[in-house]
Amino acid sequence: MKKIVALVLAAVLCLALATACADASVYYLNFKPEQDAQWQELAKVYTEKTGVPVTVVTAASGTYETTLMSEIEKSEPPTLFQVNGPVGLANWTDYCYDLAGTELVKHLTSDAFALKSGEEVKGVAYVIETYGIIANTKLLEKAGYKAEDLNTFDKLAAAAADIQARKAELGIDGAFTSAGMDSSSDWRFKTHLANMPIYYEYQADGIGTTKAIKGTYLDNYKKIWDLYINYATCEPALLASKTGNDAVAEFVGEKGVFYQNGTWAWNDIKALGAENLTMLPIYIGVEGEENQGLCTGTENYWCVNAIADQEDIDATIAFLEWVITSEEGRKCMSQDMGFVVPFDTFTGEYASANPLVAVDAAYTAAGKTPVSWNFPTMPSENWKNMVGSALTAYAAGTGDWAGVVTAFVDGWAAEAALAE
Amino acid sequence: MEKSIKKYWPIFLLPTFAAFAIGFIWPFLWGIYLSFHKFITVSKTTFVGLNNYVKVFQDATFVSAFWFTASFTIVSTVLINLIAFMIALALTRGIRGTNIFRTVFFLPNLIGGIVLGYIWQILLNGILTHLGLPLLALDARNGFWGLIILMCWQQIGYMMIIYIAGLQNVPSDLLEAASIDGANSTQTLLQVKLPMVMPSITICTFLTLTNSFKLFDQNLSLTNGEPAKASQMLALNIYDTFYARSGAQWKGIGQAKAVVFFLLVVGISLVQLYFTRRKEVQQ
Repeated sequence: MKKIVALVLAAVLCLALATACADASVYYLNFKPEQDAQWQELAKVYTEKTGVPVTVVTAASGTYETTLMSEIEKSEPPTLFQVNGPVGLANWTDYCYDLAGTELVKHLTSDAFALKSGEEVKGVAYVIETYGIIANTKLLEKAGYKAEDLNTFDKLAAAAADIQARKAELGIDGAFTSAGMDSSSDWRFKTHLANMPIYYEYQADGIGTTKAIKGTYLDNYKKIWDLYINYATCEPALLASKTGNDAVAEFVGEKGVFYQNGTWAWNDIKALGAENLTMLPIYIGVEGEENQGLCTGTENYWCVNAIADQEDIDATIAFLEWVITSEEGRKCMSQDMGFVVPFDTFTGEYASANPLVAVDAAYTAAGKTPVSWNFPTMPSENWKNMVGSALTAYAAGTGDWAGVVTAFVDGWAAEAALAE
Repeated sequence: MEKSIKKYWPIFLLPTFAAFAIGFIWPFLWGIYLSFHKFITVSKTTFVGLNNYVKVFQDATFVSAFWFTASFTIVSTVLINLIAFMIALALTRGIRGTNIFRTVFFLPNLIGGIVLGYIWQILLNGILTHLGLPLLALDARNGFWGLIILMCWQQIGYMMIIYIAGLQNVPSDLLEAASIDGANSTQTLLQVKLPMVMPSITICTFLTLTNSFKLFDQNLSLTNGEPAKASQMLALNIYDTFYARSGAQWKGIGQAKAVVFFLLVVGISLVQLYFTRRKEVQQ
């Protein structure tokens, strides 16, 4: 008995020593569940090559902040995590290591993809995404329209009204797929669609963020929202319970012609075939919008944990540099994960294979101006929720548009003040 | 036997006590500590004194969540106990299939609150659509009654079991004596059975009262506080404060709300225990 105890104790001691002497390691708290398998694979390859252990943990959808909050307290905290932009950075700025001068920053294709606080680079974007109104060109042509002709709000609205009126003849349920306001889908409207009036206001005022939004373009927001809810596959009152999957099912089942979403949705809708799909810019009836492109930007920034041990920090930066320069890393990010990666090492065969990305590239090549992502400047999650509630109530008729305006404008100022 | 218990009691007591201390006392004390601080992670905190508590009472959503919770608690406590007691009465009469009925009524209790919330959301929205009424997420009144239906469905079975146990424990000689004295069934129920099952009533009202007051899962999944927080209960309000706002101070305010919430729950349940205990009789 005593021998066994002694053996066990010895084993425990060895283990403790072994962990104490273990070399630097990397722990990545991943945000995107869709790409978990690819990150795990990449981590394994890196460990085989260099012997540096890389752990990848993926937070469940919608729980990233909570997971990060508890993980970062542990004795082995994540060395690599992400924030969604300036508002997210406000919470985590003390934990972000200054990346200035690293290869990561040098390889960025544009300075705009570095998340800065003063002169310090607190985060670097690792994926650029694009959204707009995904359209089924086969159905559009059947209805007698060409996607490239729909280059203003009025033309889009006229086409939608016409398609809606002839829905029985075309064998569809409506022009737009359901704009579901369930939490699996409402971000498409309370966040992504809401970016449009914010973008134009920022442009008009020449600003990049604000404590008090004026709502100059809210009438335009109403126009596009009216279009989405009135020319759709279901009654506006039912939108409150429609989910993201409902919209996907309608679109893939060819029951709707338009579907607002982004490049990340490609896997869901690829059954329709790349040749039958395109993306339209979200027109909201602003002067000169025929030159408007798709909404392109990022809300995914890598941050290196500043409170980790220096050797772990160095190991993490080395890992990231390997990811963006090695063959395996570049192939994995661009092909397997399907990302558009904003580093100058991703050219030629490492460009993204996602057809929706190609659509975006075509718009840019044609000289259209991409709409930037301004929603990371929205004051809080609570603001988005209140705008979402107001949109839902307006759609169902239990609330009016004034409610949306209040939530948008007054809510913005209130939330911005509360965040002080 | 008694001797060995005297000798070995720490072995029996310590694991449970350790679990209680680690899982309850320690986080609880931490929670109180944090409610006086501003923090993002609990290792870096800044003391802010009573500021968080001041903000709690300035927050209109917390007050409206309190009233929604209070009315929900009253309605659900009354309904659940009343219906559970009536079913328990019916199922202690020895009618055929009593055991099957008991099992069926108890079953909903075995399903988790989140799952129940989503299932009932689909069911109730289906009915509301059919009737042409606003869906759960659009009308706080529908949300309120949806929650009541859901909670009744889930809790009645559990309370029924406790009431059945209570009713079966009423001594048969008392019932016999009552019938010899010529008491009719209503009199027996009110004068004999009810006082005898008072301990069960204490337990059941305590459970339903605190469960309803602390309700979170079902609220989150059934209505998520929609429309615009009008169906938000206290627990969800705290969660929302903690996670849905940006800025370090909100974590502390959420924590302060949680402490206020704890005091409310303790206060209300102590009052309830005092009143129902007084009615209990010794056998």
